[in-house]
Amino acid sequence: MKVSELAALPEFTAVTLPDADREITGVYIGDLLSWVMGRAQADDAWITIMSNVNVVAVASLADTACVLLAEDVALEDAVKETAAARGINVLSSPLSAYGIACRLHSLL
Amino acid sequence: MADALIFHYEVDGENFTSAGQASVQVKKNLRQLGFDPETIRRVSIAMYEGEINMVIHAGGGVADVTVEDGCIRIVLTDHGPGIADIDKAMEEGFSTARDNIRSLGFGAGMGLPNMKRYTDEMQIDSAVGVGTTITMKVNY
Repeated sequence: MKVSELAALPEFTAVTLPDADREITGVYIGDLLSWVMGRAQADDAWITIMSNVNVVAVASLADTACVLLAEDVALEDAVKETAAARGINVLSSPLSAYGIACRLHSLL
Repeated sequence: MADALIFHYEVDGENFTSAGQASVQVKKNLRQLGFDPETIRRVSIAMYEGEINMVIHAGGGVADVTVEDGCIRIVLTDHGPGIADIDKAMEEGFSTARDNIRSLGFGAGMGLPNMKRYTDEMQIDSAVGVGTTITMKVNY
């Protein structure tokens, strides 16, 4: 499914959507950034509770389809701007990482 | 063989939030050169891990990326404290990073293993008190 389709669901809110047509083909959950870089696949939706600017770099380099911030974690404005500038889709949700994963399981 | 393309970057050791700039630039350059996404992903992740290591442990350093016939070579050089036990440092989960680094999501002990995972060749030359040079090759 496309990131834009996910963003349209009531459980998700778009934080930045510079690349909304990006296709999601898998899911990865993790907060340790090197672990994510070692294991996440390109085009995964990456579920995390980390919100510092390095998340943007990791999403960009690991080539994930989008970052999904669980439990309503918010991005600082400067991080949001960096994400938008680097073409990184970020969505947030009040659901837990598990809740988001279950939702994605039914959608993908 | 055509002349090799060389990119040179200075990695700022003071600024943790800007870490990754060199890797993002490499990613852009390789994309412009028409490399396939998986090669770009491998090179840029390996380089980012190295860049982060230089920021965490060595107060910065320099990165040279060379596009050669059949491979991309990444050489990372710093004048930090050096690696006392390279075998130990290569173990997944072993880290000497401080707690404030961990709170940023780094220091999981996956940096060097990831660099090895994503490259075809990797060599570490390090001397305690002198510095570290890491040479990686990604074939394409």
